[in-house]
Amino acid sequence: MPQIVVEGLVKTFQVAERTPGLWGAVRGLARRTYRTVRALDGVSFAIERGELVGYIGPNGAGKSTTVKTLAGILVPDAGRCEVAGRVPWTQRIAHVAEIGVVFGQRTQLWWDLPVVESFELLRDIYRVPQARYERARDTMIALLDLEALLDVPVRQLSLGQRMRCDLAAALLHAPAILFLDEPTIGLDAVSKLAVRDFIKRLNREEGVTVILTTHDMDDIEALCTRVMVIAGGKILSDGALAELRARVTRERWLTVDLVDAAAAIDEADATVIRRDGHRVCLAFDPQVVAPAELIRRVTSHHAIRDLFVENPPIETIVARLYAAHGDPG
Amino acid sequence: MTAEARTGALRPYIAIVGVRFRMLLQYRAAAIAGLFTQVVFGLVLIMIYEAFYRSAPAAAQPMTFSQLASYVWLGQALLAMLPWNLDAEVRTMVRSGAVAYELCRPIDLYGLWYARAVAQRTAPTILRAAPMAVVATVGMPLLGLGEWRLSPPASLAAGAGFAVAIGCALALGCAISSLINISLLWTVAADGIVIVTTTLVSFLSGMLIPLPLFPEWAQAALRWLPFAGLVDLPLRIYTGHIAIGGLVPVLARQLGWTIALVVLGRWLLGRGMRRVVVQGG
Repeated sequence: MPQIVVEGLVKTFQVAERTPGLWGAVRGLARRTYRTVRALDGVSFAIERGELVGYIGPNGAGKSTTVKTLAGILVPDAGRCEVAGRVPWTQRIAHVAEIGVVFGQRTQLWWDLPVVESFELLRDIYRVPQARYERARDTMIALLDLEALLDVPVRQLSLGQRMRCDLAAALLHAPAILFLDEPTIGLDAVSKLAVRDFIKRLNREEGVTVILTTHDMDDIEALCTRVMVIAGGKILSDGALAELRARVTRERWLTVDLVDAAAAIDEADATVIRRDGHRVCLAFDPQVVAPAELIRRVTSHHAIRDLFVENPPIETIVARLYAAHGDPG
Repeated sequence: MTAEARTGALRPYIAIVGVRFRMLLQYRAAAIAGLFTQVVFGLVLIMIYEAFYRSAPAAAQPMTFSQLASYVWLGQALLAMLPWNLDAEVRTMVRSGAVAYELCRPIDLYGLWYARAVAQRTAPTILRAAPMAVVATVGMPLLGLGEWRLSPPASLAAGAGFAVAIGCALALGCAISSLINISLLWTVAADGIVIVTTTLVSFLSGMLIPLPLFPEWAQAALRWLPFAGLVDLPLRIYTGHIAIGGLVPVLARQLGWTIALVVLGRWLLGRGMRRVVVQGG
């Protein structure tokens, strides 16, 4: 049986609508109008133990709502949800003891305490035996390079340092499942790489199931074998990255560096999608024209310095998927 | 469960109290400012009551002037123990949405917030009460204001009874504090609730006016409210205004209200958490 089963999850929120201006504020005192937002509109999926799943979607698509439901924080209006055989919100305490959560935009560390004291507090809150705590702590210190940060109060940490400490904090009780809500948000390139590397090792070496929401497609490409795309509260796509690509478009890109920047390229089976001085980018469908054939045609008509064929970046794929469902972020 | 189950059911709560307590002890400047304010406040109150007592026959007063002075000083010393403000940390959590993490902890949420309240009520009190007691017992006679001093408890038994009653007052105060913090789940800011509670608590607990000085008709109402258990009852045990034989009904009133308010708080927190939309998507 899968470790996480979600079936037909529905969650609606009542959002108070305010009419702008003073009169609106006065009217709001007497009568409030509410708008119902369907954050989740029949979401279903299953995740096996040890998977590393990326969960993407535009802002307000329902990513965080899903994660919060899985974490036992939110109670859905309808649908079934079981994590490791438990319903998160009815068996909250037993459930949360076995999951780890990181919300990238907020810290779970105590702002005024040195990092290590936050760790010790979490040890007591999760009732982790001392020996096991020390083992987990030392592993985290080594993997995330925390040695120099332990005695620093959390408020003095940089965002990247804080995120590394937050990851460690979420794992001290050795959870079997880790929920990461935008763990790389706002991080610099080096910190992002460190965080990604750590997540990958954790998943491969410890077998921890990871569910990761993100807006950063590089996270997805670097980490995830499976991507779920949600928009407007519905799952649009669920599968391997290659499948997602295949579903949305077969398109491939041929980029050529021309010797003559002024030369016009006119190919029947390809469209110029970008032109930047000597560099021209052509989009084509490999089932209409084979890449080798297209290259032959282009090189026979033009003098070329360099060329390469690539898949459209995942950002483009996802943007098209959102647009096709009429709900861009 | 495995071995962890044996490592103490209260361990998380004790850890929370400990860490919050240590953090709050760092607010030394606030403690010194509070100490100064409360000494001035105590002096002003005693001066006013002295004027009243001089203008009317002492025999007609519901408590002796010495009892009244002790009552006022103890009340000022224990001000920080009153449930009159929010836990700033809880407010920030609710505003920023970090409260989501509180729900991810494998412990009882009401217990967690009650533990926070215990730290919030004890740490500043301990910082302030001891210096206040020194000023009021030793400082006043040195200034030639011996009549205005804080006297020792009416008897050894009264002292012991006071200690127990203060413990119960703390339990009651933390239950009310928890209610204020829980109200954040509905109001987000809770400023209005804090103003109302501050007024009710300071007026009806005996903090501003000792409750025995209230008119006869008000006494009946005060007897049915929880606030007397916060200040008035323990202080009257101390001063001997309530004889030590009356301790048991006092404790019963305090604990009865504590249990009722804890039950109410748990129920409200359960409802509040079901409706809470964690801020920030």
